[in-house]
Amino acid sequence: MNDILLDIKGLKIQGWSDEKWHPIIKGVDLTLRRGQVMGLIGESGAGKSTLGLAAMGFTQPGCQITDGSIVFDGVDLAKLSDAEKRKYWGNRMTYVAQSAAASFNPAHRLIDQTVASTVRFGISAEAEAKADARTLYGALNLPHAHTIGDRYPHQVSGGQLQRVMTAMAMSPRPDLIIFDEPTTALDVTTQVEVLRAMRKIVEEFNTAAIYITHDLAVVAQMADVIKVLRYGQEVEEADTRTMLAAPKEDYTKSLWSVRALQKEERPKQDNILSVKNVSASYGKVPVLHNVSIDVPRGSTVSVVGESGSGKSTVARVITGLLPQRDGVVEYQGMSLPAKLNDRNKDQKKRIQMIYQMADTAMNPRQTVREIIGRPLEFYLGLTGREKEERVRELLSMIELDDRFIDRLPSELSGGQKQRICIARALAAEPELIICDEVTSALDQIVQEGILKLLMRLQTELNLSYLFITHDISTVRAISDHVVVMQLGRVVEQGTKDAVFQPPHDPYTDLLLSSVPEMDPDWLTNLKLPELT
Amino acid sequence: MTQTPQNYSAANEKTAFVSERSRWDRVKLTLGKSPWTARFGMIVILFYVILGLFAPWIAPYGEAEVFAVPFAPWDATHVFGTDQIGRDILSRLIYGARNTVGIALATTLLSFIIGGGLGLVAAINRSYLDQLLSRGVDVLMAIPSLIFALVLLSIFGSSAINLIMIIAVLDATRVFRLTRSVAVNVVVMEYVEAARLRGEGLGWVMRREILPNIMPPLIAEFGLRFCFVFLTIAALSFLGVGIQPPTADWGSMVRENASLFQFAQYDIKAGLTPLLPASAIALLTVAVNFVVDWFLHHTSGIKDTPK
Repeated sequence: MNDILLDIKGLKIQGWSDEKWHPIIKGVDLTLRRGQVMGLIGESGAGKSTLGLAAMGFTQPGCQITDGSIVFDGVDLAKLSDAEKRKYWGNRMTYVAQSAAASFNPAHRLIDQTVASTVRFGISAEAEAKADARTLYGALNLPHAHTIGDRYPHQVSGGQLQRVMTAMAMSPRPDLIIFDEPTTALDVTTQVEVLRAMRKIVEEFNTAAIYITHDLAVVAQMADVIKVLRYGQEVEEADTRTMLAAPKEDYTKSLWSVRALQKEERPKQDNILSVKNVSASYGKVPVLHNVSIDVPRGSTVSVVGESGSGKSTVARVITGLLPQRDGVVEYQGMSLPAKLNDRNKDQKKRIQMIYQMADTAMNPRQTVREIIGRPLEFYLGLTGREKEERVRELLSMIELDDRFIDRLPSELSGGQKQRICIARALAAEPELIICDEVTSALDQIVQEGILKLLMRLQTELNLSYLFITHDISTVRAISDHVVVMQLGRVVEQGTKDAVFQPPHDPYTDLLLSSVPEMDPDWLTNLKLPELT
Repeated sequence: MTQTPQNYSAANEKTAFVSERSRWDRVKLTLGKSPWTARFGMIVILFYVILGLFAPWIAPYGEAEVFAVPFAPWDATHVFGTDQIGRDILSRLIYGARNTVGIALATTLLSFIIGGGLGLVAAINRSYLDQLLSRGVDVLMAIPSLIFALVLLSIFGSSAINLIMIIAVLDATRVFRLTRSVAVNVVVMEYVEAARLRGEGLGWVMRREILPNIMPPLIAEFGLRFCFVFLTIAALSFLGVGIQPPTADWGSMVRENASLFQFAQYDIKAGLTPLLPASAIALLTVAVNFVVDWFLHHTSGIKDTPK
């Protein structure tokens, strides 16, 4: 039975929080053969990262293994001491973290970090290891493979860093690599590159891997088998093709269907906001060039583009945080003062903003009552009982209840936090809400919940949204109009149908074809259009 | 439309197990988990506060009441004897808690109001005002503070008010630096931007958005700063320019009774007398640091899991 590399049986892990032990993994079995890639999927809190780390015999601080065995190549890791396990880590098993930028030591050159554990374990001498690392960089399609290793982490892009980390994980030629959401933080076009590189190298060295993600289409490209987790338990496991074609469990089916959200046409109304020929710059660096966008009342306009395309800058100009150098922002036909300080309270009240990271958008020291109550008090002058009642009303509008009113942001889940942010925006009774990547930090099911909520509120309150995102499937789901941006310019805009039907602008084409599809052959057959 | 799982609801996402707690519950929970060092520290501080507040009722004699025998030995009438002009040491120790601790507390508070306020303004403003304040502070910090305080006190005279003002201003420089450096990290957060977008004024942004989030390091600094101020006052009093007689103060009591050391070979208790105010200073410093240490550990977010 030498074929089986990793055999986890009846694993139970619990974590300490809120003064109690909570079960995180409630008895999971996992078997991985040599050279096999397993996709672990599930929403956040499903225990997929905990299970992935446990496959290395590691538990995060505040967690402990209470039961079960983790047999790696005949040795039960659960019974080993940390010192003994360290002989495996970075040697026979390696780990690729979600945020490469946060995982590299900024003070050392990339190549030194890439070969560090290989050299430490005496797998090969430093010179050999470095030569090998350069070959790996090449295999991972990194530009300037011979010299990129001499750079420091801040001198390469996020996607490149993620690939260097894969090279680092591959350097000791491990038997097992754990990929923990390695592409979640990347743009779609970069994601495709990284996925390709990872798959190629895993196949080339016949390495077994566990690939953790909440993105089904991504896992479909990478994995031989897929295991679906929920609430710390296995929902089902099957090989990728079977799983995609015929999921057995209801929960899995629901995950599969999330991307099919549709929006019905809304009657066209007058323009509530017009951005006309706006140019802006950060200091001397120009970031927006002659951008014009119209937002009709009661509709959703999506602005798509990669990071650095200037889509968030558009929001900053509209809100007055970054006064434009040229052009005007008109609100209901009236020109808005460029600077935030020159706008009156009413102008500020009508345009509200929802941020990508709900964590940082709410003051961690304020309770939900204070967060939602402040705009009520500030804009509408509500106090005491009236304010309290309105806060409760808003909570029910966002499908949460009174229990949440005394909680701090840290006691909410990601989706709940984003809902509170929506409630805070609603409290001001705005006409236009700018949504800056509001769902990109969330799981699919939670995303769907948030998008449905936003759509319901739009119909009920005749709200207009300017929806900034890089996620094409979200755009398809909710927009009426689409604006595609690249390098600070609008490259294409129009109704959703017009933009998504060919012929496309070449950049739009690249964006659209980079979105992974739920087809295991998609990446293999993919031919990306060349950008000139 | 699609079918979400039947049992999905936003309210039941993974935080359903969080117990509902009021602020008071949270405080009780935290206190319940405090280590013995912190509890010891809190009891000592409470003891000093009670001594200070109720000094006239607790002390057996008046603060400046002079008795016939100077340097009287420890006995039933004068528990710790009398000092060089015949004042009861125990009574002066108790009054000293009021004076020394009171002045140190007032000074620290004042330095936090000045330094903290300006630090916040500098962090939010980040322009010429920030430069002006920061460079001004650099200049003040370039001069050794004890010597600077000595100079200023000899110019303005050593009244209690002058003492408080001078030490507060000198210490405010350190508070300014700390406040500014921790506040700049909070100023760039999106919730501060959200408050600005809402149209909130400077006062609100300072007090409600930024201050609560930089409280932990500031409170820790308050504890340490208090100790330093306390020691500075004691040092100045020991040098004779601090709190002036007949006001009882631990620093000057050490100086005044220092000569008793030479009698230690005849009466060990007499030798101990100057150590009493010194130990009072040491004990309070240690106690405050115990509490600050625990507070820092608690707010650092390190999880204490039971073994």
